[in-house]
Amino acid sequence: MGISAPSVPRVWRERIIKYRLLGSKCADCGKISYPPRKACPRCGSTNLVEISLPKRGKVLSYTVIRTPPRGYLKYSPYIIALIELENGARILAQLTDVDPDEVKSGMVVEAVFRRYREQGEDGIIEYGIKFRPPIT
Amino acid sequence: MEKVFVLGGGVTKIGEHWSKSLRDLFVEAALKAAKNSNIELRDMEAVYVGNMSSGELQGQEHLGSLMATWLGIPGVAAVKVEAACASGGAVFHQAYLAVASGVYDCVLVGGVEKMTDAVVHDVTAALIMADDAEYTAFTGASFVGLNALVYRYYMEKYGVKQEDIALFSVHDHKYAANNPYAQYPFQVSLEKVLSSPLIADPIRLFECAPIGDGAAALILCSERFAKESGIKPEVEVAASALATDTISLVDRDDLTTLAATVKAAKKAYKKAGVEPRDIDVMEVHDAFTILGVIHLEDLGFAEKGKGWRLVKEGEIEKDSKIPTNLSGGLKARGHPVGATGVYQVYEIYQQLTGTAPNQVGKAEVGLAQSVGGVGGTVVVNILRRVR
Amino acid sequence: MKPSKSTGILGYGVYIPVYRIKGEEIARVWGRSKAAIPIQEKSVPGLDEDSITFAVEASKNAIQRAGINPEEIEAVYVGSESPPYAVKPTATVVAEALGISPRLIAIDMEFACRAGTTAMQSIMGLVASSMIKYGLAIGTDTAQGRPRDELEYTAAAGAAAFIIAPHSSENIAYIEGSYSYVTDTTDFWRRDGEVYPRHAYRFTGEPAYFHHIYEAAVGLMEELGLKSSDFDYAVFHQPNVKFPVRIAKRLGFPMEKIKDGLLSNIIGNTYAASSMIGLAAVLDVAKPGERILMVSFGSGAGSDAFSIVVQDAIEEKRRLAPLVRDYIEKRKYIDYAVYARYRSKIKTR
Ligand SMILES: [Zn+2]
Repeated sequence: MGISAPSVPRVWRERIIKYRLLGSKCADCGKISYPPRKACPRCGSTNLVEISLPKRGKVLSYTVIRTPPRGYLKYSPYIIALIELENGARILAQLTDVDPDEVKSGMVVEAVFRRYREQGEDGIIEYGIKFRPPIT
Repeated sequence: MEKVFVLGGGVTKIGEHWSKSLRDLFVEAALKAAKNSNIELRDMEAVYVGNMSSGELQGQEHLGSLMATWLGIPGVAAVKVEAACASGGAVFHQAYLAVASGVYDCVLVGGVEKMTDAVVHDVTAALIMADDAEYTAFTGASFVGLNALVYRYYMEKYGVKQEDIALFSVHDHKYAANNPYAQYPFQVSLEKVLSSPLIADPIRLFECAPIGDGAAALILCSERFAKESGIKPEVEVAASALATDTISLVDRDDLTTLAATVKAAKKAYKKAGVEPRDIDVMEVHDAFTILGVIHLEDLGFAEKGKGWRLVKEGEIEKDSKIPTNLSGGLKARGHPVGATGVYQVYEIYQQLTGTAPNQVGKAEVGLAQSVGGVGGTVVVNILRRVR
Repeated sequence: MKPSKSTGILGYGVYIPVYRIKGEEIARVWGRSKAAIPIQEKSVPGLDEDSITFAVEASKNAIQRAGINPEEIEAVYVGSESPPYAVKPTATVVAEALGISPRLIAIDMEFACRAGTTAMQSIMGLVASSMIKYGLAIGTDTAQGRPRDELEYTAAAGAAAFIIAPHSSENIAYIEGSYSYVTDTTDFWRRDGEVYPRHAYRFTGEPAYFHHIYEAAVGLMEELGLKSSDFDYAVFHQPNVKFPVRIAKRLGFPMEKIKDGLLSNIIGNTYAASSMIGLAAVLDVAKPGERILMVSFGSGAGSDAFSIVVQDAIEEKRRLAPLVRDYIEKRKYIDYAVYARYRSKIKTR
């Protein structure tokens, strides 16, 4: 029990979307979604094209996870933020390399490649994009 | 469409039932419901079981057959209904549809959750399954954390202070103190709420619904069944409406409104032929204080950004404008996830029949709102006293 | 050891984590004399970092400077002694994360602190032979020092990545040649399954570090017909501050020529990335026409020496990605307790 059924194929299947932040844009209403999909969650259009999402954005809201789900204890406490990317797409991700008291709504952040989860000490490591205050 | 009546119900106390299993709790509530309805379980044509996490927390699925077996009525039509934390509201909706359609004349609808078999990190992992496992749970977000994002955004957007939102917890505890089946039947001060440990900033422990075990059950029947059995039902289901929204916050344009509440409420009000001002008593799904405030707005009782005022100005107290969560709400009555929506309907049934622990003076119409995920599913059920 | 066709550096990038621990904080825990602290402070990886995430970030910067589409890269060679997997390549994760096409030569290499420069050399061969056009060579490490050991003060974390290309004015520098010198000298090692390495104390000096670097540097200069005075900068592997300063002196380089690339006092020994980050720091300040000597050292033991001449394109490309200094300045100090947590030295089960 816990993080149910750690799966290797599942991680493999999602790797490119998660490593490179792929999304989709609705040709009808303009909504940009992460991850990419076949139908627009705003208008129902199926006229969507896959796009690469910008690697910068700003924090819309954030929280600090102090009681994490099984599988994330090692990293707790950690910051989760709802981020609006430069093209308006929204993504939920961890903030890293930053202390909770340094985070503010509206702050600019940039994508960084990090570990998210390990499937136990002898299982695979799951990587993805987190965000941090820009280096420069 | 057939009229649907609530004949009676039964609930277990909510708490840490170390000696009772998932099935024990469900059977206890079902037997109470049958007894209170003066009916035999053998008369049931169908059993609907609301539950969110038995697979994850007990390693048990197939609850329809399991409960039918343990109720001593194998052979009956029986299924589990799941819609995350709205499983209770959703199972009621499905049972209502079954009777309203004329397919069944008498059904048992119950909700059950046994949460204390698992430790907190496993429960946290089970609850985040209410959101997108691949792109939300993957980030390490907890369910409390997602609501915290909404909480902070709401405070910043409307310039509301946490102390005004946290009042919802004080309100709930005040009424739970008098509720015999509440998990936390005691009062708390605002200071205590605001000084409790942070769970997911800004949400503090005493702003969160607790982890607990419990089950609730109701007997629903058609007019034909009531007539043939010589029963005079006291409460009718005036409307049951279910709506969904995007499962994750990222897909929403407005973070401070649960669009599913607005949609489900609109449908329910229309079907019942009522407006918000006609609601005499209600139970809302305040899994976190901020949700209680947002629900008051989305259900049509306050403008956006002003729901907290109703709480602060005493408008949701027992003998005021819109008596809300007189059971103690999710915060203090408790929130055995898949059972909560059924508890709420039971509580409205009690109010309409004059048997509630915190009874309002006169109640004709009552509303129960059940929320799954961060508003991915919302069910609004409206009951009316039969005149 | 000069390829028949000349190659150059099209882009470079580094990554240094934000966390630092001071030598005196480590010394406080073990009661060590302040005078015996080898360096001021070292970099420490965060909880969600490893040599793979480092490699991706450094490479991203290199690609940004190179200004090419990642799909044009045809080889990814990763040198590291701290891969998160004992079996399962780092190069594949790096390539997928960067959007490099699967039509790719990719391999992980291990030769203690020398693996990154050997990756550069191997890519040079592929490019010079026209087997590929662009190749990515990475040195990346999150080194672990045994608690209380001498190396705990210096074992640090960082990465550097270089995109090697055929000789062209687009390149920020061209590589005149390289030279390697390798012997079976066991000065430092880690047996399979062990968490921490062991070393042979003073034996790591003369017969290992100094001998190999000296032979490689002299060998290179002889083959290219150059003297130390022909170089404007020299960068050596930097396990501490003392060693690179001493070898520079022995080879005839004044402090002036090594100071820009000597970072061990403030970031520690970044192992496979050590001399490569030093080279990047020099590229951050060097002017077109200047010549740089870089010599790595890997225990076990061996050294790779390179002669690199800066080209005009440096002026424009330098600012296309963060400088080494940007990473050095962005830092957060942690105490030993947090360091112990971040480096998984506290048992939680
Ligand atoms: Zn659309």
